[in-house]
Amino acid sequence: MFWKRKKTDVTEQEIYADLSKKFGDKILEFMEEGTHNPTVIVEADQIGKIVSYLKDDERFQFDSLMNLAGHDPGAESELSVIYHLYSTELKHYITLKVFTSREEAVVASVANIYQTANWHEREAFDLYGIKFDGHPDLKRILLEDDWEGFPLRKDYVPAEFYRGMRIEKVK
Amino acid sequence: MGRLHAEEMILNMGPQHPSTHGVLRLKLRTDGEIVSHIEPVIGYLHRSFEKHAENLEYQMVTPFTGRCDYLAAMGSEHGYAMAVEKMLGIELPERVEYLRVIFAELQRIASHLVAVGTFGLDVGAITPFIYCFRERELILDLFEMASGARLLYNYIWIGGLAHDVPPGFVEKTYEFLDAFEKRVAEYNQILTGNKIFIERAADIGVMTPEVAINYGVTGPSLRASGVNIDIRRTEPYSIYDRFDFDVPLGQGAMGTVGDSWDRYYMRVLEMSESAKIVRQALDQLPVEGDVQAAIPRRIRPPQGEIYFRSENPRGELGYYIVSDGKNVPLRLKMRSPAFSNLSVINEIGQGWMISDVIAILGSLDIVLGEIDR
Repeated sequence: MFWKRKKTDVTEQEIYADLSKKFGDKILEFMEEGTHNPTVIVEADQIGKIVSYLKDDERFQFDSLMNLAGHDPGAESELSVIYHLYSTELKHYITLKVFTSREEAVVASVANIYQTANWHEREAFDLYGIKFDGHPDLKRILLEDDWEGFPLRKDYVPAEFYRGMRIEKVK
Repeated sequence: MGRLHAEEMILNMGPQHPSTHGVLRLKLRTDGEIVSHIEPVIGYLHRSFEKHAENLEYQMVTPFTGRCDYLAAMGSEHGYAMAVEKMLGIELPERVEYLRVIFAELQRIASHLVAVGTFGLDVGAITPFIYCFRERELILDLFEMASGARLLYNYIWIGGLAHDVPPGFVEKTYEFLDAFEKRVAEYNQILTGNKIFIERAADIGVMTPEVAINYGVTGPSLRASGVNIDIRRTEPYSIYDRFDFDVPLGQGAMGTVGDSWDRYYMRVLEMSESAKIVRQALDQLPVEGDVQAAIPRRIRPPQGEIYFRSENPRGELGYYIVSDGKNVPLRLKMRSPAFSNLSVINEIGQGWMISDVIAILGSLDIVLGEIDR
């Protein structure tokens, strides 16, 4: 009666090897150290193609995007976007990561591949100012449309007033 | 001949509307009574959880997680604690694991009771709501007994529990289970099989498995579409692999698989399953064990990142945490289940009447606190 974990046939290394063969130098790196979710780092403008390949290929069937998160490691470094994919059929995982510059943060959108990404990309745009190329309706989602700046960037300095109301400083 | 078109109208439902379960605004484009497009406008309850978390030590984040999903605070705390523990590599005493499962499952029952009750309320059945809150009250009494609080507990800490349960807790929980297991039949009598309720919910807002997966819908709403995914089962965390329970799936008993009635009924069935888990956990609960033994004094996870997910009453609750070795998280993202669950409403709500949209929204069981964070 008790459930036993199904062994998946495909490991993250194999996915990385397969992607490298298919996309060549668009696949930058494989990261296993320092993360609990082995991650493939890819080119920001290729993410759409890579994700749709992973979704459609019989061996992978990554039909679910569990999570999409923006990340800013520090005021000096590049921004990144992390994609956590899952296959509901084969029950395996892969994590993808892209880097993009602070000044011109543009990443290809995956919203037409996973509808989940629509709101998650809007959230990353809202809080990090990352533009998603090809998103059908990219606008702020959690904050007001006329909010200034992107609060989760490490160098974010809140404005003094918002519509005449004083913004209280955190810390 | 072309059909006569009435002029389309934009109708704002919310932000102050009793059936939006909080402050949600739905921009409905209507053609007469038929809704042709739904645009949810969220963010009215945004409290910058993730921004705050970047300025707080790990243990100080715990109470904030409960405030996101305020109907399932134990579940949120449990997920967060497990994510950080996994980064730290902490082994927990058996007693802690069992107590956590007991609280998480009691919380699931309490949360589903609200979902079931308010769904009835949305479609015009007021009495079941009172019944559901009667039982929820008993669960909150148990929570109050253990943690001192009835809604926001701050009880599940990283590495253990705030304190052990008081004497008499186990007996009282057994008493509750005995009473509760009988009362599920009452909900079925008064609501599940109610003709008017079935008319309002069956065949309404059918969600196919493909749509559900593509939109990232999780939890009972996903299983109502017949997709057999419950993280407690597919990827057992904590000690869920030790319990015997079923994962109910949508059958389309009153209409089509994945309709609003199925989504409602999943929650009724899951309550009984959770009660089964609580009973087994109580039976196996070790008597000995210090619940604070494994609580670390200084929490500094090694450099790295994690995405950890657990099954909250509303679905997959994920925490993406990045640590740079300091005592505050560098990045903490909560992947809240209701956020993705709500985004599907335009897809499944199109072409229905305004009153049906209310039923569909109620069947998705959203909590705005965790959508807006």
